[in-house]
Amino acid sequence: MSILIDRDTKVICQGFTGSQGTLHSEQALKFGTRLLGGVTPNKGGQEHLGLPVFNTVREAVEATGATATSIFIPAPFCRDAILEAVDAGIKLIVTITEGIPVQDMLKIKPVLRENNVRMIGPNCPGIVTAGECKIGIMPNSIFKPGKVGVVSRSGTLTYEAIKQTTDYGFGQTTCVGIGGDPVPGSNFIDILKMFQDDPETEAIIMIGEIGGTAEEEAAEFIKSYVKKPVVSYIAGVTAPKGKRMGHAGAIIAGGKGTANEKYAALESAGVATVRSLADLGKAMAEVTGWSRV
Amino acid sequence: MNIHEYQAKEIFAKWGLPVPQHQVCSTLDEVRDAYRKIAKEGKAVLKCQIHAGGRGKAGGVKLVSSMQEAEEFTGSFLGKNLVTFQTSQHGQPVNQILVEECRSFERELYVGAVIDRSKEKTVFIASTEGGTEIEKVARETPEKIFKTVIDPLNGPQPYQARELAYKLKLTPEQSKQFVGLFVKMCKMFEACDCSLLEVNPLVVTSDGQLLCLDAKMNIDNNALYRQKDIQALRDVSQEPAIEAAAQDNNLNYVALDGNIGCMVNGAGLAMATMDIIKLYGGNPANFLDVGGSATKERVVKAFELILSDKKVKAVFVNIFGGIVRCDLIAEGIISAINEVGISIPVVVRLEGNNADVASKLLADSKLNIIAQNDLALAAEAAVKAIG
Repeated sequence: MSILIDRDTKVICQGFTGSQGTLHSEQALKFGTRLLGGVTPNKGGQEHLGLPVFNTVREAVEATGATATSIFIPAPFCRDAILEAVDAGIKLIVTITEGIPVQDMLKIKPVLRENNVRMIGPNCPGIVTAGECKIGIMPNSIFKPGKVGVVSRSGTLTYEAIKQTTDYGFGQTTCVGIGGDPVPGSNFIDILKMFQDDPETEAIIMIGEIGGTAEEEAAEFIKSYVKKPVVSYIAGVTAPKGKRMGHAGAIIAGGKGTANEKYAALESAGVATVRSLADLGKAMAEVTGWSRV
Repeated sequence: MNIHEYQAKEIFAKWGLPVPQHQVCSTLDEVRDAYRKIAKEGKAVLKCQIHAGGRGKAGGVKLVSSMQEAEEFTGSFLGKNLVTFQTSQHGQPVNQILVEECRSFERELYVGAVIDRSKEKTVFIASTEGGTEIEKVARETPEKIFKTVIDPLNGPQPYQARELAYKLKLTPEQSKQFVGLFVKMCKMFEACDCSLLEVNPLVVTSDGQLLCLDAKMNIDNNALYRQKDIQALRDVSQEPAIEAAAQDNNLNYVALDGNIGCMVNGAGLAMATMDIIKLYGGNPANFLDVGGSATKERVVKAFELILSDKKVKAVFVNIFGGIVRCDLIAEGIISAINEVGISIPVVVRLEGNNADVASKLLADSKLNIIAQNDLALAAEAAVKAIG
């Protein structure tokens, strides 16, 4: 067990023949992902990386039986790509692309909900179930199958958490980068619920950052629903107000969305918080009683 | 992206929203000319144009009663920096003054629209307490703030405006005006890809008309590719010079007060790097995300930016090499340091693929580099390097 994806998940790639699509599809194949083909309009019938290229997502789904897609398409064309995937019956969309306008996301979200489609991202590193399946751009080498679920708003911070749980020998079930945009396809609560319900996930690392109130809402949810130990780090204690810190969603607006508010909310929900990114593995060992191997 | 009040008012006017008669001026002569055209009974309002709020309290907005006062105001602000509670201690340069007709009014209201991230919808906000800081109203008298959520499919509906109008205690005639204003503002918010749209104050004039005395628009940076007209309104003079230069090189840089320069891949890790420096008793000089690939060209640019801040006494490079191998990144860093010529200590932490090989490359480079792959020890080393 794991969440969202496993070794049987059939995956396609939109933007397959582009440079990013090619690079990360190659990596995903090396990882062991059941990537069965890709979509690039007007290149249907060709072969790429030894896999078939289709003109439309519908054709790709019909031919491969894929239920998941990874999207490597420039931001101006992403709304189209996401809606095409929904219309073709895809149930899990992983949108890696950064830079999708918020107005587009406001219009995409109701369609996802109506069709019961799960989207991870945009502006995210993707999902990995350790040892089984990778959709996205996370580095192949840092994973170890194990018992920690990781969920994060930031790409490189996800890698740090994964690396530390690997170094400590705990390993991971599934790692989900939900992305740094103000309106993400999935939020912390969506993923925390899945981790709580997944019997193989024994503990959770949640990495947040300044901006919005997703961490505060997650804290409320943890209080009422999550029984497994949660370790959390929030980036941006030193971030100035009113400045966008790289991610579109990482901004303290109107004095709201500070790291300290988020830490306070998580601590009141019984979450073990760390002030140093380097302490995630150590804190996990402390709250679980697991010893480093 | 921010734009000036006068630019926002021009967009408002295009959308048929009521704004005062106005003229933007860049020279004293233009102010004189605008004053002659616009002043009624000698009265006009002069407003400094900067990308920050709090202008009124800082003296940057003035009701003048004579040409002499208009000239004096212009003399004391145009071409100088205006410091408000929202700016840095150096303030923002005033390159334009907006000359506006003076309209007497009976009430000051607030209207605005933002994206509510939790609801994942646009929220329109109105308040009877215009002319003051809305965050303060929200904190102290939340009952005076009214909200309505815009459905992304159906768009703004007149009933929503009518409900707000009753709460604002507008007259029937003003309510009709308010419905028009509400619908136009919501449509403009969507069409212009705003992240914030604000009129503070929206006044009821002495003759009972709604009028947008102020106008503030922030645009979603992700949408600038389809808002070319608005993108053209960018005023680089309002951005810190290093941040503007970074943006031109597609690097994300935010200036801070400290003396340890930071170069990091990934926005989250860049923030975490600032935080860990602070945790070990140091002070970060900046936020800087060089992006995933961290190629030599980008690293050179990043070093140049960091070193253009003369406060910087050491540099902390923190890279998680994912897809790109750390030894390749290390080679990039070494040649970048050789090219830029750096005399202050550089602490480099590389984690990920081939980190050990990378570490050895850095150590053998004979440069002023402290290689430390452990994050906590690296942060400590960076703080110590300052001395």
